[in-house]
Amino acid sequence: MNFNLTLIGQMIAFVCFVVFCMKFVWPPLLAAMQEREKKIADGLAAADRANHDLELAKEKAVERLREAKNEAAGIVDSANKRASQIVEEAKAAATVEADRVKAAAQAEIEQETNRAREQLRGQVAALSLAGAEKVLGKAIDRQAHSELVDKLASEL
Amino acid sequence: MAGENQTVSEYIVHHLTNMTYGELPGGFERHDGSIISEGGAWVLARSGEEVAAMGFNAIHVDSMLWSVGLGILFCWFFRRMALKASTDVPTGWLNAVEVIVSFVDNTVRDTFHGHNKMIAPLALTIFVWVFLMNLMDLLPVDLIPYTLSLMGVEYHKIVASTDPNITMGMALGVFILMLYYSIKVKGFGFAKELSMTPFNHWLFIPVNLFMEVVGLLAKPFSLGLRLFGNMYAGEMIFILIAALFSAGLVWAIPAGLLQMAWAIFHILIITLQAFIFMVLTIVYLSMAHEDH
Repeated sequence: MNFNLTLIGQMIAFVCFVVFCMKFVWPPLLAAMQEREKKIADGLAAADRANHDLELAKEKAVERLREAKNEAAGIVDSANKRASQIVEEAKAAATVEADRVKAAAQAEIEQETNRAREQLRGQVAALSLAGAEKVLGKAIDRQAHSELVDKLASEL
Repeated sequence: MAGENQTVSEYIVHHLTNMTYGELPGGFERHDGSIISEGGAWVLARSGEEVAAMGFNAIHVDSMLWSVGLGILFCWFFRRMALKASTDVPTGWLNAVEVIVSFVDNTVRDTFHGHNKMIAPLALTIFVWVFLMNLMDLLPVDLIPYTLSLMGVEYHKIVASTDPNITMGMALGVFILMLYYSIKVKGFGFAKELSMTPFNHWLFIPVNLFMEVVGLLAKPFSLGLRLFGNMYAGEMIFILIAALFSAGLVWAIPAGLLQMAWAIFHILIITLQAFIFMVLTIVYLSMAHEDH
């Protein structure tokens, strides 16, 4: 082990290299790395935020969909109700109309029956008078027996 | 390679000698018999004795070349990557560089709690630079020295961190920073810390001073010599395994297997030692910043 001027030479070289490294190597390298680190961190944070937003949007969408479904179901329900109501109303109206028509028909029938009965009664009176005239052989005084004939006719 | 005209111990010593350029004193007789003229001369050492004679006035050309070369490689490569870095998706080598930078940054953040813009770049430089110097250990021990010896270069060590000058040079650099920040942050408190701990009584000042100064001085030595010791030992084993190849064809196969196993294990060592050097630097500088 012999120490000589190499020792001094190495010390000078050491200082030179350290100064060079300190001035021209370390700062740009570290600055670039730190800046990149920051960029990556920002990117990750942004991605996180976007994910969060996406989650929120999804939740909102699901909520909207549910609301829309409920609304649609409500509309369908009320429409159904309205439809059956209309059907009921129509049914009721039809029944009323049918009753009315039936009553009118019945009244007409009654009227016709009565008229026929009256006609029949008149004819029966005339017929029975004619019959009686034939039997008696002489004319019956309409005036004298009209009371009797009318009584007979009303009894029919 | 050993065996042809040198013994194994000569081979090992040869491999552990740096390519030294230094001043030989006047009157020194060189290996080829020539005498250095009066007043000395700067020459490339051709033998161990010449290296020893040079003393402090010498420089390890190989260590400096590899250390500075790899340091420049680090600066050039990382500067290129720094220019390429942006907030876009990193590609290719930039990924690797960013992994290293963020690893160093995390280590510094975990260990160092003060505010000092210099610690992290310092740690990065130490980690990558030491790692690159250690990495040369994985090149076959003879590959570059032998190639260079064919071109007439007598000694050449490519692993700069097996040279205590290199590791201690860095450790002393860190030590100076420790002293600088201790005085800057603590001011007079640094002197108080040295003299009044662990025994808080004026009578114990000499004892405290002795203990604290020894503790303080131990830091750069533990830092530099740990790296040197580990790398030197690792290199030594590579050299021993390489020497085994010269023992005949029978030994070549186990030597090859050993070489491979040790190289694989050494991948861990070189990384670990670079990491330890970095962490200890951060810890020591962190202690220098902490005001009690």
